[in-house]
Amino acid sequence: MSLKPPNEPSSEITPENTYLNRADFLKKMALFTGTATLLGGGLTWLSTRGRFRQASAGADMQPALVVDEAIAPNTKYDTDEPKTSFEGITTYNNFYEFGTNKTDPAANAHTLKPRPWTVSIEGEVAKPQLVDIDTLTKWFPLEERVYRMRCVEAWSMVIPWLGFPLSKLIERMEPTSKAKYVAFTTLLDPVRMPIQKSSRSLPWPYVEGLRLDEAMHPLTMLAVGLYGKSLPNQNGAPLRLVVPWKYGFKGIKSIVKIRLTETLPPTSWNVAGPDEYGFFANVNPKVDHPRWSQAAEQRIGEGSRRPTLMFNGYAEHVAALYKGMDLSAFY
Amino acid sequence: MLTSADAGKTRAIERIMEEAAPIPVKRAAPRKSDVFSWLKPAVFTASVVPLAVLLLRWQAGLLDQNSVAEVLNYFGLLALILLILSLTCTPLQWLMKWTWPIRVRKLLGLMAFFYATLHFLTYVWKDKEFQIDDIFSDIWKRKFILVGFTAFVLLIPLAITSTGGMIRRLGAKRWQRLHKLAYVAGILGVVHFFLRVKIDITEPVVYGSVLALLLGLRIKAKISAARPVAERRKTPIPLE
Repeated sequence: MSLKPPNEPSSEITPENTYLNRADFLKKMALFTGTATLLGGGLTWLSTRGRFRQASAGADMQPALVVDEAIAPNTKYDTDEPKTSFEGITTYNNFYEFGTNKTDPAANAHTLKPRPWTVSIEGEVAKPQLVDIDTLTKWFPLEERVYRMRCVEAWSMVIPWLGFPLSKLIERMEPTSKAKYVAFTTLLDPVRMPIQKSSRSLPWPYVEGLRLDEAMHPLTMLAVGLYGKSLPNQNGAPLRLVVPWKYGFKGIKSIVKIRLTETLPPTSWNVAGPDEYGFFANVNPKVDHPRWSQAAEQRIGEGSRRPTLMFNGYAEHVAALYKGMDLSAFY
Repeated sequence: MLTSADAGKTRAIERIMEEAAPIPVKRAAPRKSDVFSWLKPAVFTASVVPLAVLLLRWQAGLLDQNSVAEVLNYFGLLALILLILSLTCTPLQWLMKWTWPIRVRKLLGLMAFFYATLHFLTYVWKDKEFQIDDIFSDIWKRKFILVGFTAFVLLIPLAITSTGGMIRRLGAKRWQRLHKLAYVAGILGVVHFFLRVKIDITEPVVYGSVLALLLGLRIKAKISAARPVAERRKTPIPLE
């Protein structure tokens, strides 16, 4: 019984040295690849915080608004600047009830069920009432208005809103002589808005307010849709406020309560950061945020920055409201 | 049967033969392989992976809507993470007695500087569009930009003196003292981050805690090094 190896010439045998080196090399390649992948992946994940932009569902997926009358554009206050895309408007949002990253609301707002939805109108009015959102939407002819929207974070969009002037609703409610302010409240429901279970970012529910003359201004509107479709959840379905000459955080979303008050109502960002966010929050390139400049903004969808306009470009319509007011003291 | 006396004689003969002529080597001794030769290339590759991912996403049009803000955050976080990783190397050596972390310490620090530079350039180019006046007024007026700018500036001498030649020129003691600035840069980076976030401070707090832990380890090591030797021994050495 021979244990001799097969008849290979001895010159064919891989020298032990090379064999060991090759095995060593392969092992090192494996370690290199494994480490580079794991560490590289970890670094990428940490620096993007595990968030990537979701593709928008698309305008077609959004249900059209059901209305009795045709929607008319009201071009009196429209801007002719290019509109931000539907994708942009619906995937870059601040709606902290669904997470604090810009991509969170689009990803998470599916838990918000905008029907059934009741709005309570209360306070200093002759006719306080609860009204179903679909009923309320039919009370006034809807208009499309193309407004600029400027966030306090120094980015902005141009949005074709669908809605009606807030003044019409207030008139219908017949405010008493004591009414001086309008206070708004967002839904408080940790089931539909799970982040509300904690208050790491803001106290809940989100609240906002306007002076009565600001609320009655023709520019101020309640929006029920955008781009001809009903409001996507992440944009504040089914009812939100739009005040284009103020920073976007004044545009309270998913409203359940509108209350006319005698005294200045609390507003969420002012409560959370009184040195940084005021009640008026008028867009003003001359009054900086304590930590960043408000002189310029990033128009979403554009490459370079642009200068910010006084009252977001609506000065001719609203400057009179603040005549004589020190805008750096009343920010 | 070999006796121990025979073994001793064999050894003596062997020794004489060795001294007379060295034993010819039958095969080349295998090169003493560096077990960690793959480590630095791996760390370098890993640290450019996020940049590659960013460029790919940019090409595919997948960047965030506010791409300037996203890219700024991206580069800033990478700089901070890599700096913290670099500062983890020496404590790892103390705790685990590993030597490989020291091999990648310099590389990690330089990659941190690389991303800090990209972060700064993005700010200068995209946010401020090279308006020098704007930049200076921002630095003086905005605390968080001043803090960030200082952190970046502190990294520059560290990058310049990162070579072996520089260690020799400065001398080990001076070099070590200078490079303690890495901790200052790290702390300022965390403060810059903290001042930047709008309201949710979770992330800067996490990074700050890690940095505080590393700094704490360093301080603890310094304290125990200063204590006299006799106190450090807990168990007496057996004197048999």
